[in-house]
Amino acid sequence: MRRDIFQAIADPTRRAIIILIASQAMTPNAIADNFHTTRQAVSKHLRILTECNLVKQEQQGREIYYSLEIEKMKEIDKWIEQFRKIWETRFNQLDKVLATIKKEKK
Amino acid sequence: MKNDLLFDFNVDKSTKTVIITREFDAELALVWDAFTKAELIDQWIAPKPMTSKTKYQDFKVGGKRFYAMVNPEGQERWAMQEYTSITPKTNFKMYNAFADAAENLELPGSEWDHTFSEQNGTTKVNIVIYNESLERLERILDGFTQGMKMSLSNLEDLLATLSHRP
Repeated sequence: MRRDIFQAIADPTRRAIIILIASQAMTPNAIADNFHTTRQAVSKHLRILTECNLVKQEQQGREIYYSLEIEKMKEIDKWIEQFRKIWETRFNQLDKVLATIKKEKK
Repeated sequence: MKNDLLFDFNVDKSTKTVIITREFDAELALVWDAFTKAELIDQWIAPKPMTSKTKYQDFKVGGKRFYAMVNPEGQERWAMQEYTSITPKTNFKMYNAFADAAENLELPGSEWDHTFSEQNGTTKVNIVIYNESLERLERILDGFTQGMKMSLSNLEDLLATLSHRP
């Protein structure tokens, strides 16, 4: 199933999970300890984040550790940057239109 | 032309909101017209090599602008804007949705809120865009990048033509 990366980060609990595991890999139990929610709810959020490739899992002994895929997070920044560029282009065009009209008025 | 004009662009993913602030080296009345009169909007809103064409516009509360973004192959992407609030030369709000050529809307759309203010001959425009769906934003972007990749270099030509027009 294709998950939308922005849907993944639109949820406040998932954003909190991302922040939590950004600095260190954590087990689902350790992550769940930080939330007033069920272990199942946290597992569901982790599954969605995994499906979006925003987090990766690593088996260490009997425990699974979750950590953040930094590269995937950078994709979001790139996406936003493209959007910013469109508006920059538009506004540069508008600057020219405004300058032309001002010249005509003189 | 001033080069120190403010340009801020922020995406708040948690509230699905895009916030854009830009200053223009022109008086408020002129900038207001550039954002509200179709014949002026069409001159700048489409990033080259896309073009914008407005089929009709009725700038009043409840009125609409029906327009298309056209790519260099002539493919049209129609959209409808409905004006939901207008405070002349200060603020206007609209609801924007994709549509087909027969004006059937593809919902959900996005809510746009524009605020204008002038200081010392510089006009500041603040745009807040709320999208119910971020996937929708992604679709808009796809359309634009396709069009833009084709010939970004044409941009300079267009701008030069515009500024030399009598």
